[in-house]
Amino acid sequence: MSLHSTGWREVSRAAPVFAALGDETRLALVGRLSSEGPLSITRLAAGSPVTRQAITKHLSVLATAGLVSDLRRGRERIWELEPGQMEAARTYLEQVSRRWDKALDRLKRFVEE
Amino acid sequence: MKLHNTTDRIEKEIVLRAPRSRVWRALANAEEFGTWFGMTFDGAFAPGARVHGRLTAPGHERVSLELAIERMDPETRMSYRWHPYAIQPGVDYSNEPTTLVEFELEEVAEGTKLTVVESGFDRIPEARRAEAFRMNDAGWTGQLENIERHVAS
Repeated sequence: MSLHSTGWREVSRAAPVFAALGDETRLALVGRLSSEGPLSITRLAAGSPVTRQAITKHLSVLATAGLVSDLRRGRERIWELEPGQMEAARTYLEQVSRRWDKALDRLKRFVEE
Repeated sequence: MKLHNTTDRIEKEIVLRAPRSRVWRALANAEEFGTWFGMTFDGAFAPGARVHGRLTAPGHERVSLELAIERMDPETRMSYRWHPYAIQPGVDYSNEPTTLVEFELEEVAEGTKLTVVESGFDRIPEARRAEAFRMNDAGWTGQLENIERHVAS
């Protein structure tokens, strides 16, 4: 087995970003961190129907997927978005999407000739 | 929510200046499908069939994919499951989640409107996406060349 495939297998335990995003609360958290920048749990919980505890749990799911990270500021933990993972997910779909565009162009030529 | 949808599915629509029967044949007939898709298949498409295909691009014939055909409603819809971008030689994809590809045909004034939806990306492991991520259109060719070198070495 080559190094390439070994590397592949090693990373394949990584958590699914898409699954992490497939939850309304987590998606809303990502949305807020995206539009408002880094926020504390207190700020994220303010005005939310979800408890601080639940938010902490959701943030840790997002962190496992590499979508957010936290840094300690004094006594508080500040959460921020890690744009890299989101970008990778988006780019992946764009690429699958472009493959379909090309395949459908070929289909068009094929059935219209 | 929209963001969720955009990470889980791809939807395409195209109007083909051809009758529905012609478009259906291009989808339902494995040989015709392979002609425009760039693959050759080892069997006919039928509901419940698992059909193996190989890429036809010169030098890339070792790349194989499996289509698990689900529905085939003549001239109306066809669907199958597969492993998107499952082209890494030596990797067993069988335990990984699949995406569902659905074709829908509709008669319109100009000919046939074809809708393609591929869904289920939310369940694809991150590592697979990370790999597939390198396979953009330019990268796709590059990757196939990589694979070719990989299998030749």
